[in-house]
Amino acid sequence: MATLNPPPAAQALPKNDPRVRRILTIMSTHGKRRDSLIQVLHAVQELFGYLPKPIIELVAKELRIPASQVYGVVTFYHFFTLKPRGEHSCVVCTGTACYVKGANNLIEELEKGFGIKPGEVTKDNKLGIQTARCIGSCGLAPAVVYDGEVIPRVKPGEIVAKVQERLGAEL
Amino acid sequence: MKNHALYNLREKLMAERAQHSKKVCVCMGGSCISSGAQKVLDKMKEEVRHLSPGSGVEVKAVGCMGACAKGPLVKIENDDVIYQKVTAENFKPILTDHVKNHKPVPHMVIFSDTDSQPTMKSSEHSFYKNQKMIVLENCSKIDPDSIEDYIAIGGYKALQKALTQMSPEEVIGEVKQSGIRGRGGAGFPTGNKWEMSYKYVGEQKYLVCNGDEGDPGAFMDRSVLESDPHRVLEGMILGGYAIGASRGFAYIRGEYPLAIQRFGNAIQKAKKMGLVSKNILETNFSFDVEIRIGAGAFVCGEETALLASIEGKRGTPHPRPPYPAEKGLWGMPTIINNVETFASIAPIVERGGEWYAGIGTPKSTGTKVFALSGCIQNTGLVEVPIGTTLRQVIFDIGGGIPNGRKFKAAQTGGPSGGCIPEQHLDTPLDYDALVKLGSIMGSGGLIVMDEGSCMPDVARFFMEFCMDESCGKCVPCRVGTKQMYDLLTKICKGTATEYDLELLESLAPMVRETSLCGLGQSAPNPLLSTLRYFRDEYVAHVKEKRCPAGVCNFTPAPVEVH
Repeated sequence: MATLNPPPAAQALPKNDPRVRRILTIMSTHGKRRDSLIQVLHAVQELFGYLPKPIIELVAKELRIPASQVYGVVTFYHFFTLKPRGEHSCVVCTGTACYVKGANNLIEELEKGFGIKPGEVTKDNKLGIQTARCIGSCGLAPAVVYDGEVIPRVKPGEIVAKVQERLGAEL
Repeated sequence: MKNHALYNLREKLMAERAQHSKKVCVCMGGSCISSGAQKVLDKMKEEVRHLSPGSGVEVKAVGCMGACAKGPLVKIENDDVIYQKVTAENFKPILTDHVKNHKPVPHMVIFSDTDSQPTMKSSEHSFYKNQKMIVLENCSKIDPDSIEDYIAIGGYKALQKALTQMSPEEVIGEVKQSGIRGRGGAGFPTGNKWEMSYKYVGEQKYLVCNGDEGDPGAFMDRSVLESDPHRVLEGMILGGYAIGASRGFAYIRGEYPLAIQRFGNAIQKAKKMGLVSKNILETNFSFDVEIRIGAGAFVCGEETALLASIEGKRGTPHPRPPYPAEKGLWGMPTIINNVETFASIAPIVERGGEWYAGIGTPKSTGTKVFALSGCIQNTGLVEVPIGTTLRQVIFDIGGGIPNGRKFKAAQTGGPSGGCIPEQHLDTPLDYDALVKLGSIMGSGGLIVMDEGSCMPDVARFFMEFCMDESCGKCVPCRVGTKQMYDLLTKICKGTATEYDLELLESLAPMVRETSLCGLGQSAPNPLLSTLRYFRDEYVAHVKEKRCPAGVCNFTPAPVEVH
């Protein structure tokens, strides 16, 4: 779940940031209706990777919702995060089928391999580890999602190497 | 579009499709894509273009074929043969031997790696033979992104029938007669819900499709939305017509990007054809649908919480009555049904409520889709008449437990359900029988556990889920789930006393009876059902400090320093 603390450093966003313009356009297409808040937040997170404070304030102002209420919504839903995520994400599915097939061991292996816990990002900001409730790929259990790609039927002892291989491919 | 124009289009499309001599269908369900189906599709298309242009062989993308663990799957439709684990490297014999020379390839046939004798025709294999498909009937036959495919297979016929020959009351009448109960889990009769909503007056009525499939281990709605989105959409339009709603929302989990994309595409195409528009088929009925993407909150599967989320707020439930049928979205009459319920509506309207009522048991009619996973030979999506026994589903269709291990329990209903032990394997899977066993039908997740699963640890797993997902509005759920989780943790660590077990047994019924919504009311179910059937395991943990399944790690209790 997204936590309030610590809030990200309030960086001033360049006024001409095309992403800001995009968000303004998206809000307009929703007619700036208040009920579009969650959909707008989805768009913000897709563009920025997380929900930056200045943007949240912008959204609150444009949709005429108190910023406190917007924070209330942001912190209620698991999907939203106030912290920047790593460049790459590794999501371990912890749904029931994956649990039965040993998802907990995968998390332990990743914790040992990269020295971070779920919800954290490596020091070089390259990799973030997260968990998901159930990605609905129970036929492929246990499953890990790396940058949107599903790594199916992970066997004990191989997940760290599989992630490293993908991280390395980029360097 | 005019009514007769749609008839003509269907005729034309059917004639066109009949010209292809052989159809090679590549499964593009979520699981098969994850296993590399896109590459297989591209390569096969290229190969067919090269090898035999003008041969009438068509390579096409289709929806889920059910046996998700065996993907990528490829089906030769005319011969009813499915090949498993097809890759961009090994697919050639399927085209050269089977498609060209009519010689099937036995070693690649589905389930050939686990069966002693491969069954060539998939419909004769026990996995498919024992199923009855209504909701999933189109999934493996049509391209989910093609409205033409859906129309050619008889899609939107029910809409034509309802709009031109039936009154809204008659549509509700058919649904009532069918006896279908809500497939989201609670099992409220859909026809009654619609009738209530029809009677309430409001300047605007709404219709909501609940695709917030939050139960871990359930992926029925995902597959239906990904494989046959138009079927769900048609059900929604029919529902809108029946209750008099002109606006609909489809609330889909954010974790299902492919389902969102395909359903969005289906809406766009239906709009272009005038099937989601003003004055549909030149009648007075207008309907519009919007997608709302969920943001990861299990409680939003509860209907009043879901409505709050659609309004852009925190997804917290509120007490009922008033029920949403009277006061829902923005205070207006609203009906909420599950994806699978909507997917069953078009066949009910087209073939009649009486036909549907003839399937299943008298009190629970029709079919139910289950997502079969865990320690089971044939993982995947199966659809059976309600009343089929657990044993039939797990052993006949699912092929039993792999690696010679023993069955221990079947978990239905996710965090709101329970674990069913071996002595109750012959229980028919219907709403009422499962409640009697301390579980629920739920949305259809069915997870099989073998002797390697520790029941207190399973209860702890689900309790942790409920604790995390509790919205915090009411005390019994917010505090109770945390307390029960802590007690279960003590049990799993070997530090619990008999008093802790007693405490747990008194706390669980209290949380069940006093929580505000379904989440809290059902959160104790996994705990209570495992206590009921596997009490000896709890006792072993507490008294003997021993985990019979060998899962729990008993760390010595920390020495207290005074």
